[in-house]
Amino acid sequence: MSPILKVLLRRLALGALTLLIVSAIIFLAVEMLPGDIATEILGQSATEETLAALREKLGLDQPAVVRYLDWVTGALTGDFGMSLANQRPIGALIADRAFNTFFLAGHAALIAVPLSLFLGLVAALYRETLLDRLISTSTLAAISFPEYFVAYILILLFAVQLGWFPSLASVEPGMALADRLHATFLPALTMTLIVTAHMMRMTRAAIVNLLALPYVEMAQLKGMRRWRVIAVHALPNALAPIVNVIALNLAYLIVGVVLVEVVFVYPGLGQLLVDSVAKRDFPVVQAACLIFAATYILLNLAADLIAILSNPRLLHPR
Amino acid sequence: MPWLTHLRSAPPSALIGLALVLAYALVALFAPWLAPYPEADAAGAQYAPWAAPHYLGTDMLGRDVLSRMIWGARNTVGIALVTTVLAFLLGTTAGLMAATVGGLADTLASRLADVLMAVPSLIFALLILTITGTSVVALVLVIAVLDSTRVFRLSRAVAQGILTMDYIEVARMRGEGLFWLIRREVLPNAAAPLIAEFGLRFCFVFLFISALSFLGLGLQPPTADWGSMVRESAKLIAFANFSTWQTATFGLAPLLPAGAIALLTVAVNLVVDWVLRLSSGLKE
Repeated sequence: MSPILKVLLRRLALGALTLLIVSAIIFLAVEMLPGDIATEILGQSATEETLAALREKLGLDQPAVVRYLDWVTGALTGDFGMSLANQRPIGALIADRAFNTFFLAGHAALIAVPLSLFLGLVAALYRETLLDRLISTSTLAAISFPEYFVAYILILLFAVQLGWFPSLASVEPGMALADRLHATFLPALTMTLIVTAHMMRMTRAAIVNLLALPYVEMAQLKGMRRWRVIAVHALPNALAPIVNVIALNLAYLIVGVVLVEVVFVYPGLGQLLVDSVAKRDFPVVQAACLIFAATYILLNLAADLIAILSNPRLLHPR
Repeated sequence: MPWLTHLRSAPPSALIGLALVLAYALVALFAPWLAPYPEADAAGAQYAPWAAPHYLGTDMLGRDVLSRMIWGARNTVGIALVTTVLAFLLGTTAGLMAATVGGLADTLASRLADVLMAVPSLIFALLILTITGTSVVALVLVIAVLDSTRVFRLSRAVAQGILTMDYIEVARMRGEGLFWLIRREVLPNAAAPLIAEFGLRFCFVFLFISALSFLGLGLQPPTADWGSMVRESAKLIAFANFSTWQTATFGLAPLLPAGAIALLTVAVNLVVDWVLRLSSGLKE
């Protein structure tokens, strides 16, 4: 077997194992309850007969392993069981909201990724200048500011004062794409401002490292233009670290979306998760956590796979 | 005093950071004497304007906002500090032990940390808080455990670097015990990176607890806390209007506590930057 295939398969197996363990933790966490879900629903004063009836209805009389396998196989087909709060199937409850969340994260990524790559390149080319220092200062600010601080400043400026965008990002299923983009612009901008600084700084670091290498100096000495040196010689080699940074930040977006959704009252998965935690609606929390965790793990896995694939030493073994 | 000479040569950014951190600490320590009104009781009419005696107005229950900001420093910063200390005790102990003992214990602890870090802490924290319910003890414990994984990683890596040194080999051959090794040889050499990490972890924990409070799942009312204050005053922003000072304060209401959170994080980061530069400069 070629070494690259071996490395790829190992990483894939590791990703699958992580996913399995994390899903088990999410499912079994509820077992840590002092009683079980049945006593939690009916309260301490419930009689033994009603408890037993509810346990049978919820399938709690089965051993934990069987219930876990049922839950995971159900989750793969979009069946997450029933919500405790309103007795509706969770799959239907989540479908629209998951789409909204991924739409918002995608919207933010579409703005943030090209912007930060461009700014990172510029900062690397003109390092040690005022522009560069401005960029590193803004990174510090972006790391320090809570998401809602940025969000409320944007609301104050663009929604309340200028009235360009709505302060509440309300979307409906059959909305036109342009309206949807307009409604989700402020939340997307909030997330963009928070991830861009980090991505920009990592892009800059990756390219600055490469610019110090002998072959880049050689290209410069040959009299090549600066942009050509960057685009043809440096960028292909910086691809792996940059792709890694992008994937990590997309993974971050998936989490950052929770807070931003609450600020803008956006009907997404994060808002549902927070509401369900407050209501202690375990099955919904488990389902939302599983979706967030799986997306996060898969994005990290994708980053690693691309890094492996773009490594020429692995692609052309001696 | 080597620290005093370092302080004299500190860059202005670090001095500003130190001064701000000190100011926050003083406000937190002396909150009962500084705050003009009690933390949780109504002190006047609802939504009073920004004028004496309520310099930052009152909130929807008539509580003095200035007093709640001052009490908030004590509650929010205090709990974040306790959590960070706990995470550090847990993380460094496990990390240093894992590196020194090695073998199966090291492998097991590292894999456990890997699993906990494979999922964003916010998701894990929300899952656990659903089960435990939102109490301060649960909040502190959950975040401390989740955060200790990163401290574990760092202290283990730092300790492993130190353990390859010759003086460790000598001490081992001399027959020194495990705890003597950790306390006398490893810990003093690992101090600088760990101090810097403490600052960064504190920022992270502080932002994390504030975020949970903002979501309504952290510190519970009537405790004054900056995260919950942002949440409570957020609706006012819709009435903001910059034509007069009084209506402009509606917009500032949620920004005030959020800004207090942001400023402290910036200040700690400035100090950490300086400590990191100092410790890397000392090594050269």
